[in-house]
Amino acid sequence: MINLLRNKVIIVPAVLLLLALISPFVPSFILLLIIQVLIFGILALSVDLLLGYTGLPSLGQAAYLGMGAYLAAILVDRFEFGLSCDFPLVLVLGILIGAATAAFFGLFAIRATGVYFLIITLALGMVVWGVANRWNSMTGGDNGINVLSRPACGVDLSNDVVFFYVVFVVYSAALGGMYVLVNSPFGKSLMGIRESETRMQMLGYNTWFHKYLAFIIAGGYGGLSGVLWTHLNGIVTPEDVILTTSVDALLMVVLGGPGTLVGGAIGAMVVVGIREYLSTWVEWWQYVLGGVYVLTIYFLPEGLMGLPKLIKKRRPARKSEPPAEASSVET
Amino acid sequence: MSQQFRTFLKVTLVLVLLAALLQIFVFQKSLDFWVIQVFYGISYGALLFLLASGLSLIFGVMRIVNLAHGSFFLLGGYVALTVIWTTGSWLLAIPVAALTVGVLGLIMERIFLRQVGFDPLRQVLLTVGFALLFQQATLDIWGGDNFFINIPDYLNWSPRVGDLFFPMNRIFMIGLVVVVGTLLWLLIEKSRLGAVIRATVDDAEMARGIGIDTSRISMAVFGLGAFLAAMGGVIGGGFIGVFPGLDFEVLPLAFAVVIIGGMGSLRGALAGSMIVGLMDNIGKGLYPELSYFTLYAPMVLILAIKPTGLFGRE
Repeated sequence: MINLLRNKVIIVPAVLLLLALISPFVPSFILLLIIQVLIFGILALSVDLLLGYTGLPSLGQAAYLGMGAYLAAILVDRFEFGLSCDFPLVLVLGILIGAATAAFFGLFAIRATGVYFLIITLALGMVVWGVANRWNSMTGGDNGINVLSRPACGVDLSNDVVFFYVVFVVYSAALGGMYVLVNSPFGKSLMGIRESETRMQMLGYNTWFHKYLAFIIAGGYGGLSGVLWTHLNGIVTPEDVILTTSVDALLMVVLGGPGTLVGGAIGAMVVVGIREYLSTWVEWWQYVLGGVYVLTIYFLPEGLMGLPKLIKKRRPARKSEPPAEASSVET
Repeated sequence: MSQQFRTFLKVTLVLVLLAALLQIFVFQKSLDFWVIQVFYGISYGALLFLLASGLSLIFGVMRIVNLAHGSFFLLGGYVALTVIWTTGSWLLAIPVAALTVGVLGLIMERIFLRQVGFDPLRQVLLTVGFALLFQQATLDIWGGDNFFINIPDYLNWSPRVGDLFFPMNRIFMIGLVVVVGTLLWLLIEKSRLGAVIRATVDDAEMARGIGIDTSRISMAVFGLGAFLAAMGGVIGGGFIGVFPGLDFEVLPLAFAVVIIGGMGSLRGALAGSMIVGLMDNIGKGLYPELSYFTLYAPMVLILAIKPTGLFGRE
């Protein structure tokens, strides 16, 4: 069991390393898709923290991506800020604005649970979309904001390969940070809330505050992904903030496997693959995407990351896995 | 109940007072402006009621967040177009479209939604999947053009009162919703089926315990919701048109209504539709730039004060 877990953790850096090595040699279109997957991977991390570890299904995570994306675009467009060595500062500002928005929205959202949480986050996401769509003087309305060049600081990020490595480093750092977070005592108490909020309250935990903090951290991750998103596309429009993005982010996590962190990136690979790659080949790609949603629900309750377990279960030699998170809380 | 009504009255009173103060000190618009805005707001609210009452009932009975509800609205519009193209009758298109989509809702509930049980997350994703499938299907069948459902001539005129014109089709819409709303109210509050539905909304487990077939109730309510949304789609086709992407454009409005009014309550859906209809119209009239904000800000405010909405029960 321990052996298996250790192997699993080693696989992730190995795959990431492999990705870093082969990416400069793939066709440019594929490279852009890989970058997109990594950026969505960051957004999926934020959804996973809420859904997979805290048990809060958020349907409005695109709002924080939007805040980060619009911040980066407006800074460049208005103040010429963030195109040189000040770019890392924009990343930090993106995290901060995402977190600040979440800190405000969380006041409304965290009171609710289950379906109500779903609906409230959806509504709050629509508020951001509405403002992006209509506040023409600030956001450019329907047309969005163009960001014509990527930052350059010593190296020029306009080169897709260079940009890939930047996104790659950011994703790896985000993944590592989240891994540390969910394995910290704070992360354990979040899982405790997921399993049984009442029990955690009985044990004396301030569950509201725990959930609120998780929500803010998730918002920060969303904002971070938004800054990169702007520079990947060179444009940000209300379309990026729309409900579909939030729902896609949720699907990525459910498809990959909630509570697995890297599952989100695997889910992102499938969704981006269908939306961006398959759509260049066939007209009916949306049937495939819709089908993936429906089939995931029926046949993959634990996502793609749960697939090995599912296969193992089919075999006669069974070694059932105890729910490690739940038991560790009680101690 | 009277407690809820009092809350509603209080909120209304505060809003009216606020509006009056703003009118006196800030906007200083003419009376005509307000009459027209309120009329358009109410007729828009009527349309929203068709869309959102079903969503609210579905949520109340099944605890399902139906993200395919906008698709029912859109499908209603498209089916109506086909009926009009083949028979030329607008009046016939309303029931045919509503029934077709209603049956589609029944099938979708029975074959797919029933299987996933009561996990809200899985239900939501399933309805999203269906929304995407419907989106592609409508694109394949009806193409990507923008259509408009032309209203018949006998509705295409505007009675004049003083200097103001009131389009007949909007009056028709308000009338239709009064009729539909009354029927729904009779169904929910006065009939045996309604009593069973209300029992399921209040406590599904208990309802099952006393021998109510909640599974069949869920199916009926889901079909009814689809039926009402499709009817809204036909009527709305004369105002906002029928085009790809409309489904996800009306969906947030429906959710705003349900959140403001509270889930699983007909009265709440009515109050919510009117508030959203008026807010949206007046907001657009006063501050076009921030129109979505003027719509969603009150919603967030209500959420902050009463998370279950004005008439919601928890």
